[in-house]
Amino acid sequence: MEFGFTDEQTMLGESLAGTLERSSDPDALMELGAGAALLSEDHGGFGGTGPDILMVFRTVGRAAAVTPLLDSVLLGAGILAAAGETDLAEQAASGGIRIAVALDEPGQRFDGTVATRAEGDRLTGEKSLVVGADSATHLIVRATDGLYLVDATAEGLTRRSYPLMDGGRASEVSLTDVPGRRIGDADLLDRPIAAAILAVCADALGVMERAVELTTEYLKTRKQFGRPIGSFQALQHRMADLVTEVEQARSAVWNLAGALDTPDRDRHVAATKSLVGRVACYVAEETIQLHGGIGMTEEYELAPLARRLLAADTRFGDCDHHLGRFVEMSAA
Amino acid sequence: MDMSFSPEDEAFRAEVRQFLADRLPSRLSEKVRLQQELTKAEIEEWHATLNERGWLAGNWPKEFGGAGWTAIQRHIFEEESARAFAPRVLPFGIAMLGPVLQKFGSKEQQDRFLPRILNGQDWWCQGYSEPGAGSDLAAVKTTAVRDGDHYVVNGQKTWTTLGQHANWIFCLVRTRTEGKPQEGISFLLIDMTTPGITVRPIVLLEGTPEVNEVFFDDVRVPVENLVGEENQGWTYAKYLLTHERTNIAGVGFATAGLAALKRIARAQVANGKSLLDNPLFAARVAQVEIDLMAMSTTNLRMLAQAAAGQAPGVESSMLKLKGTQIRQAINDLTRRAVGPWALAFPSEALEGANDDRPPGPPEAAAATRAYLNNRKLSIYGGSSEVQRGIIAKQMLGL
Repeated sequence: MEFGFTDEQTMLGESLAGTLERSSDPDALMELGAGAALLSEDHGGFGGTGPDILMVFRTVGRAAAVTPLLDSVLLGAGILAAAGETDLAEQAASGGIRIAVALDEPGQRFDGTVATRAEGDRLTGEKSLVVGADSATHLIVRATDGLYLVDATAEGLTRRSYPLMDGGRASEVSLTDVPGRRIGDADLLDRPIAAAILAVCADALGVMERAVELTTEYLKTRKQFGRPIGSFQALQHRMADLVTEVEQARSAVWNLAGALDTPDRDRHVAATKSLVGRVACYVAEETIQLHGGIGMTEEYELAPLARRLLAADTRFGDCDHHLGRFVEMSAA
Repeated sequence: MDMSFSPEDEAFRAEVRQFLADRLPSRLSEKVRLQQELTKAEIEEWHATLNERGWLAGNWPKEFGGAGWTAIQRHIFEEESARAFAPRVLPFGIAMLGPVLQKFGSKEQQDRFLPRILNGQDWWCQGYSEPGAGSDLAAVKTTAVRDGDHYVVNGQKTWTTLGQHANWIFCLVRTRTEGKPQEGISFLLIDMTTPGITVRPIVLLEGTPEVNEVFFDDVRVPVENLVGEENQGWTYAKYLLTHERTNIAGVGFATAGLAALKRIARAQVANGKSLLDNPLFAARVAQVEIDLMAMSTTNLRMLAQAAAGQAPGVESSMLKLKGTQIRQAINDLTRRAVGPWALAFPSEALEGANDDRPPGPPEAAAATRAYLNNRKLSIYGGSSEVQRGIIAKQMLGL
């Protein structure tokens, strides 16, 4: 039995962390192979396994970096690869094209309801929360009868973009008689979305590790009543609970990484996303509280981390949604 | 990454499973499944069965008559034993004293005591806690004063689990009062039949006399029963605690408890629906199952580290803390699962000697008792608060 990364994965993680310290420029990340690490060899990459995804996104999370790795590569290129569009997948993984995946619609709530319709390969409908749509060259649009590839500049497509809690951007996308090319059925989404959920959880794990480091350091240096506040037992015990829960999250992420390409995948998706989402919110709340006033400020490093943790819970279904899915699967 | 067990480990698991199928009598496994209290004779019977197979002391090296299992093999044995509702191996002689004698005891002590632990001649109990020394164990006051070839022991031990069955007790005693409290403690082996020892049972809130007070009044103990050096007992006690912690998460107990909980809940029907189909209850069960899935992996990660030669460290405090929370949550849900039958409190029920069967499903009487009894999990072996202190200081440096 072995828990850990291969030497190659560890090396990639280290060089990725080093690069992210300087910048999160997408070209630099792709040049490093961070994109190719998310695709299997069959699809022109050199990784794509659960641990590869874990390593890349935990590293990205630690740096709280905003990158196209999740939406354009893991999800976008992953869907294209699953659809047999290998050339496009490789281009997405190397940064040549940028994909945004349009799944959600107004009026749905984590339930995947779709009303967007295709008539003779022309799409009409409304898409919500399309992450990275404003910088995308292509959109993958989920319609009632399957998945379509759409040129982001096509006539009849409008994007209204806004910022997200995790520092990225998403758009409300309106499609009116937009030409598209059908690339396959909606079940092509299963593995890429499971992989994306692993990525969100691994990212949150990295964020939590960083938030714990910041908070521990703060408790050692901040003085009140004439001594470091970390010497107070009330705060020590809260920190002990915090790191114990983060350890649970780490194990949950490993569980999903190990099960990503097994028949047990969906059960682990639900278990891991539920646990990590719950712990992520808990860590956000506790690290703010343990910092006191400074934890409330935008200027301090914790603010983007806390927001990113809340976003991690919400994205692809929050902890209650996945707890419910776990119950359904247990009953089946 | 390979999170699966090796073929050798899987073969070992199959061997353990077969052994349990062949040798575990259903009259024992039924009592364990229903969380009924085992008699002394039943515990000794199961120890003897395991010893015959060479599996009683999985953690001992082969040179001392143990099975010499790896941490992973011990985990597999515990997991399979829990799954089959086998009685647990009592920790006092096997998990606690054995490793201390093997590491710090004299050759004479090893030759004299270790075989008697295995063959069941001796039943050991632990003399650590005192009325004034609980979490602050170094505050022990029971004194041992040298008088010729003997120590004369005076004082009181408490919370002595199953001490009523024991004929030997290993004790932390004070042999020096000056200096740091930790540096005046010795580790002494005491024959319980020595004049001057009184054992008084303490009935716990679930109605069983599981623990005892042990009083020492001018008890004369031969000096050859001192383990290691005088005033070094604290070192040995800490070593013992690390051994006590290899199965600290209680994954096997939690896994078996969760399976039992689901079976009970499935059979409970309200408004024509199984309790497991009640969304609120199902969510609570799912929550604890998800926590257990993660904690099992934490446990396996620690075992893999131990197998790679790293000593268990502060992680064992996290496992104790989280493992306890999960087991108590399962006990709580099981008590709730039996619904109105959780009201009954027939103290004879667990002893099996009374014909007055408790009302409700057979698990009902035990569910409340197990809930009450397992409040101890977050108190003994270093309370949850002590574990949090260890994590904060040793892991975070606060």
